[in-house]
Amino acid sequence: MTETLEQHFDATLAHEHRIEPRDWMPDAYRKTMIRQIAQHAHSEIIGMQPEGNWITRAPSLRRKAILIAKVQDEAGHGMYLYSAAETLGADRADLTDKLISGRQKYSSIFNYPTLSYADVGVIGWLVDGAAICNQVPLCRSSYGPYARAMVRICKEESFHQRQGYELLMTMMRGTDEQRQMVQDATNRFWWPSLMMFGPPDDQSPNTAQSMAWGIKRHTNDELRQRFVDMTVPQAEKLGVSLPDPELKWNEQRGHYDFGAVDWDEFMAVVKGNGPCNAQRIAHRKRAHDEGAWVREAAAAHAAKAKAARA
Amino acid sequence: MTERDGFTAEGGHGAVPTAGVPTEPAPAAVRSDWDLYEVFLRGKRGLNHVHVGSLHAADPQMALHHARDLYTRRNEGVSIWVVRAADITASSPDEKDPFFEPSGDKVYRHPTFYEIPDDVPHM
Repeated sequence: MTETLEQHFDATLAHEHRIEPRDWMPDAYRKTMIRQIAQHAHSEIIGMQPEGNWITRAPSLRRKAILIAKVQDEAGHGMYLYSAAETLGADRADLTDKLISGRQKYSSIFNYPTLSYADVGVIGWLVDGAAICNQVPLCRSSYGPYARAMVRICKEESFHQRQGYELLMTMMRGTDEQRQMVQDATNRFWWPSLMMFGPPDDQSPNTAQSMAWGIKRHTNDELRQRFVDMTVPQAEKLGVSLPDPELKWNEQRGHYDFGAVDWDEFMAVVKGNGPCNAQRIAHRKRAHDEGAWVREAAAAHAAKAKAARA
Repeated sequence: MTERDGFTAEGGHGAVPTAGVPTEPAPAAVRSDWDLYEVFLRGKRGLNHVHVGSLHAADPQMALHHARDLYTRRNEGVSIWVVRAADITASSPDEKDPFFEPSGDKVYRHPTFYEIPDDVPHM
């Protein structure tokens, strides 16, 4: 029985058809998808904080409205993804529990602080730009609900990146001090953005299995190169320099060469020694705890209304 | 190097650990009593409602409000249906072939089954 089920699963993948929630799937595939979708969802939810930090101090009503819409989108992305994770049997309250108890993680990029309003622009440009590189191929993930969530998310990410770049262009037309803020933010976020793609291919043993399953479409290094090639001309147009002396066009390869990423820093941040790890989780936990009475009150109201109708 | 082995950029927002991450669903410490609702949207007049995802809500009215906030932030819908996921009856993928088999051998239900000369007009 299992053999025919497994053959059916393999044939579905071979035809580039999608796996749907109630299909038989290997246990390892299910676990990998839950992990991937849950930690992606957590990243969106925690990702609200670095930028949410600036909502009350936005420089104009226009920027404030944009930033609120953007942070609300991040919440929405988290909700689409939790919804996809639930189709695999995950429990949403349990996923939240695993996030705030630190058993499941989120992307380490959100453990860096946002020190000025230029950071809002640079996050849109670089961090969301890197996310787009990662996410566009995931629209073709073999797991149907995840692929569909990614299509919605990618449509909205485009707004995120463009508002960030426009914000930076505006600042670059401003004062020397504003231009310096943009350069400083770029310097701080460039390397962490490159780290978002994960360790080099020769240190990513899971990649082969993920690609065979159709849940990863390009290797970490391919995506990182694509991001660098996309970003360099954007930086030139903006008038900022990227903080890498080894960055230069390689005529032979048809790509930009760039310097080595400091993976020791990456590991330190992932392990909890980044600037904001404790703060991010504490904030999420506080919001969850302080919302408990609202969830309970709504449930009590619903039960009472149901009883009155009966 | 080995400690880095357990990381990949599998999620959209970048590298996350893959080793030592629990994925087995467990009952949460504080369980919410909010039901799971499936959400269907009519994108514009003339189209059917289409399933777009799910959400949690305490009651159907709240589910509608949440669906509006979550799935129609950019005019994606003119009408929303929400239905408790527990109230949906679905065909089982395990018996997919026998369940849909009755239509499999009835080729005469398709217009291409019938051979009509090319010079017969409007057919």
